[in-house]
Amino acid sequence: MPVIEAKDLNLTFQTNDGPVHALKDVNLAIEKGEFVSFIGPSGCGKTTFLRCIAALETPTGGSLTVNGMSPDDARRARSYGYVFQAAGLYPWRTIAGNIKLPLEIMGYSRAEMDQRVEKVLDLVDLGGFGKKFPWQLSGGMQQRASIARALAFDAEILLMDEPFGALDEIVRDKLNEELLKLWKRTGKTIGFVTHSIPEAVYLSTKIVVMSPRPGRITDIIDSTLPRDERPLEIRDSAEFLAIAHRVREGLRAGHAYDE
Amino acid sequence: MKSVLPILTVLAAIVVIWYGAAVGLNSKWTYDQAARAGQEVSFSQLLRDTMTQERPVLPAPHQVAKGLWEGVAGQKITSKRSLVYHGGVTFSATMAGFVLGAVAGILLAVGIVHNRAMDMSVMPWAIASQTIPILAIAPMVIVVLASLGIKGLLPKAIIAAYLSFFPILVGMVKGLRAPDGMQLDLLRTYNASGSETFWKLRLPSSMPYFFASLKVGIAAALVGTIVAELPAGATQGLGARLLSGSYYGQTIQIWAALFAAAVLAAVLVIAVGAVEKVVLRKMGMAR
Ligand SMILES: Nc1ncnc2c1ncn2[C@@H]1O[C@H](COP(=O)(O)OP(=O)(O)OP(=O)(O)O)[C@@H](O)[C@H]1O
Ligand SMILES: [Mg+2]
Repeated sequence: MPVIEAKDLNLTFQTNDGPVHALKDVNLAIEKGEFVSFIGPSGCGKTTFLRCIAALETPTGGSLTVNGMSPDDARRARSYGYVFQAAGLYPWRTIAGNIKLPLEIMGYSRAEMDQRVEKVLDLVDLGGFGKKFPWQLSGGMQQRASIARALAFDAEILLMDEPFGALDEIVRDKLNEELLKLWKRTGKTIGFVTHSIPEAVYLSTKIVVMSPRPGRITDIIDSTLPRDERPLEIRDSAEFLAIAHRVREGLRAGHAYDE
Repeated sequence: MKSVLPILTVLAAIVVIWYGAAVGLNSKWTYDQAARAGQEVSFSQLLRDTMTQERPVLPAPHQVAKGLWEGVAGQKITSKRSLVYHGGVTFSATMAGFVLGAVAGILLAVGIVHNRAMDMSVMPWAIASQTIPILAIAPMVIVVLASLGIKGLLPKAIIAAYLSFFPILVGMVKGLRAPDGMQLDLLRTYNASGSETFWKLRLPSSMPYFFASLKVGIAAALVGTIVAELPAGATQGLGARLLSGSYYGQTIQIWAALFAAAVLAAVLVIAVGAVEKVVLRKMGMAR
């Protein structure tokens, strides 16, 4: 059974300028442990779809299930870790304090919290920064801290909305590598929004290409790259370039449709 | 030290203008006196006289300074003529009113942010309450409470609270609503309850707004207290001092009380600022 399953999902926002069809007839099944990237031009509904999965938005048509439950029930069961586009750390909490935020709400014991904070800080390579305040960290470090916050509790689904969008290429490469390692280690199901074709191809087992007005899926590509071993150099391989090419074609097709 | 020079320059300019105004405004009395005695007044005589009158229209700065000094240091602090004594009376009522007003403002703000009905209904009333001139209500409150046998600090504190709750209410509503959609969504993904959202997000977010509104609120509380000390019968407090000064034409006394009130206001606002600094630094929000 798929972890996330959308059938004929539709979402129309009622705005003052009339209805906006943000998602149209979206059909998608995501299996447990998959790494799924969403790519597409601005305004094609990537964020909206992720927010539907996390029950932050309510679809206006079709069905969406998470672990066989409604998204809202899954939210109550604390199935998601959500990483927003901005790090969104609380300035009045230290890095460790920020990571403890979900743990406090979920009622972990003090000892357990400390142990988990230690563990996830190491996971994102921020060991020793727990006592610092967010403004004492660089943007990339803050973003890693926000990822650590989403990893601290045992949500089986990790939803990430352009988590590395604001970072430079080199930091991004490094975080991509770390994210892959982390995914392998934890076996989580990951939904990942990006604007970068290489990033999508490098990370994913499945790439979902979307196009705007109305937001819909134009192509779903199952990656043929090896799942376990993906050094950064794989991006120069012919296989990688072939997938990247197909993604680019998909994006272009969506665009032509638009004209 | 760079910042001191501009301040001193402005201060010096104010003092010069003030002296000029004192000479101008007080000269009429000097000329009238001289005319009655059939004398001529030379310019130096005019200068001397306009600065030493007992009941000048506008006392010269040094006269006010002397009045202030005598009121503060020249009396036992228990004396009815001591500005420290009157200032203390005003201060205690101000603080009581401020605390009342702050508690009321915070509770109303929490209600407004969490309850739709309160959101729709409370704010218009709060705004209406501030459009009624405080000078019109103060005597009524004093008289009504006095008829119930309540006198002294409490009626003044109520009027001070009436003025100070409003800026705190407005500031806290804004502060509690400061978290953006993303921060609220984050807590939603954790399935956090309303009270957890309040304690972990809304309240800490509101702190900068809270302290800004406290500064306005404490100054408003002082104004309220002084207004409450004006109605007939009050014998204590800086307001009463202002009023008795104007009854007897003691302009120097009026100005000395006025300055005492200004100093008190400055001290109160600075004190709130100091607490703000400590709290925000503890929270890691001051850099
Ligand atoms: N709360 C909302 N109310 C009204 N319209 C909305 C709302 N949220 C999104 N939209 C509209 O829905 C469409 C899809 O938005 P969405 O944020 O999902 O795009 P996106 O693919 O994430 O874009 P980007 O890459 O720029 O982040 C847009 O046209 C947007 O204007
Ligand atoms: Mg988006």
